[in-house]
Amino acid sequence: MTTTAPALGGLSTLPPPTGRAGFGGALRSEWTKIRSVRSTMWTLSTAVVITVGISVLGNWGRANGDHASAASLAREDLTQRSMFGIILGQLIMVVFGAMAITSEYSTGMIRTALTAQPRRVPVFWSKLVVVSVVSFVIGEVISFSAFLIDSSFWRGKGIALSLSSPHAMQAVIGGGLYLAGSAILAFGLGAILRHTAGAITSGVGLLFVVTILVNFLPQSWQNHFNKWLPFDSGGQVWSTQHVRGTDLGPWTGFGVFMIYGVVAVLFGAYIFRKRDA
Amino acid sequence: MIEATGLTKRYGERLAVDDLSFTVQPGQVTGFLGPNGAGKSTTMRLILGLDSPTAGTVTIDGKPFAKAAYPMREVGALLDAKAIHGGRSAYNHLLCLAQTNNLPTSRVGEVLDMVGLREVAKKRSKGFSLGMGQRLGIAAALLGDPKVLMFDEPVNGLDPEGILWIRNFMKALAEEGRTVFVSSHLMTEMENTADHLIVIGRGRLVADCTVQEFIDQNSELAIRVKTPERDKLAGLAAGKGGVVVHDGQDALRITRLGLTEIGDLAFDNGIRVHELSPIQASLEQAFMELTKDSVEYHASVPGQSTGPIADAKQGVRS
Repeated sequence: MTTTAPALGGLSTLPPPTGRAGFGGALRSEWTKIRSVRSTMWTLSTAVVITVGISVLGNWGRANGDHASAASLAREDLTQRSMFGIILGQLIMVVFGAMAITSEYSTGMIRTALTAQPRRVPVFWSKLVVVSVVSFVIGEVISFSAFLIDSSFWRGKGIALSLSSPHAMQAVIGGGLYLAGSAILAFGLGAILRHTAGAITSGVGLLFVVTILVNFLPQSWQNHFNKWLPFDSGGQVWSTQHVRGTDLGPWTGFGVFMIYGVVAVLFGAYIFRKRDA
Repeated sequence: MIEATGLTKRYGERLAVDDLSFTVQPGQVTGFLGPNGAGKSTTMRLILGLDSPTAGTVTIDGKPFAKAAYPMREVGALLDAKAIHGGRSAYNHLLCLAQTNNLPTSRVGEVLDMVGLREVAKKRSKGFSLGMGQRLGIAAALLGDPKVLMFDEPVNGLDPEGILWIRNFMKALAEEGRTVFVSSHLMTEMENTADHLIVIGRGRLVADCTVQEFIDQNSELAIRVKTPERDKLAGLAAGKGGVVVHDGQDALRITRLGLTEIGDLAFDNGIRVHELSPIQASLEQAFMELTKDSVEYHASVPGQSTGPIADAKQGVRS
């Protein structure tokens, strides 16, 4: 690299300022940020490949190897089964949601970003909007791909399963919503903890480990307790069958699931605004 | 113009910035000087609102930084060249910053050209050398054509060529009437760049003056005299108002007396003199002396004093 003479001559005059830097600019900036790092591409393509891949393999195997009668199969929630890879996919969405904010802390970019726009409120909410929209779109791509591919296997077995089947549309849209909700929850945790590993661990813990641990409680407790857990409540929105009494309804369940995310995001927003960057 | 009033920042038990008040004027380079850990970076973070002060206020052109309509048009700051996402290309890094302030996209190419990073604009900044990273940071600072520029230790780790580039660059920015505030722990660096100095130690203001005033106040001419009759001359010089300290077995270091006076004094009293030489204390030494009480961690070398001028200064004090 050669030394260039110090000269500001190369810069043209900026247009006179009008208004104020705010949410619009922050939103464009966050979109540029998320699409310009490879980790976004990698996480999201992994989420698609793993989630759809596992769902397709599992359903293809069962549709071809299961000797259960079509009538008994039809009583199962094959819609949810066709998207069962979401159980793993949610964990990858946790990574995406958490990293959308924690990578700024681990690299130090947050300090540069807040020097360009010191008003933290628009910065935080535009980050959340970008994370929500991207994870929702990818989530829907995943749930629709998995369902459309897997339902064709079941139709091959003579079971009428399509988007027009009872509650199928709700469950398939719900699959994408659940994945987006997982990313939003992790984003909130990331804003609170400012640490990638910590946010991912706590996200996975909330969605996955808690559900497993609760299995060790007495059954009578589980009946009252399980339905309020993130995985169980959120799971209702991507299923077509709900056990009366022990399960919440699809949208009530999703509402409960989103309360976890909203609480994490609000607490994260408070910390983002108040704590030294 | 940057104005700090009673700025205080406490991290737990540690008082990083302690009731600091100063003004940084436009049209000149203001050096922000202090030993490592003196609170320079913290002060800069407080100016930018990255940290909130425990007490006191700091404003840029009369208002807090966060109230600026377009913050990047007010202040361009390079606090830490490594504080960027290494996976993002130089171009996209600058683009996402420019977008926050609704700056035209064409501006990104212009600043890249200016700092000479056009060819690597599409490369991820992870692979950049220290110097390239520094240039990228400067490009980011210039995006908004800001009235105030802040640099934290900008020459750290740069090669001489890079140092010269930044030095001239800061002077050029100040000549355009901008406020340039640059921190360093090296006095020599400031000697060559700054017009005005703000010196802090342990978070407290130590000096706020022009570089010339700082030199005049803090560096004193000392005379080194080598003589076999050290103690005799010491007594005589002290009697004439000189401040005398021992400088080895057979030499003295005398301040507040001129070369002529000491030479005549020796001749009149029949004292043999083997050496009589003036020693100009460097600003570096003056700075070390001024801030030695406020250095956080001393590196101690057993059996060695902090330096001849330090001894001389102690002589003046006692």
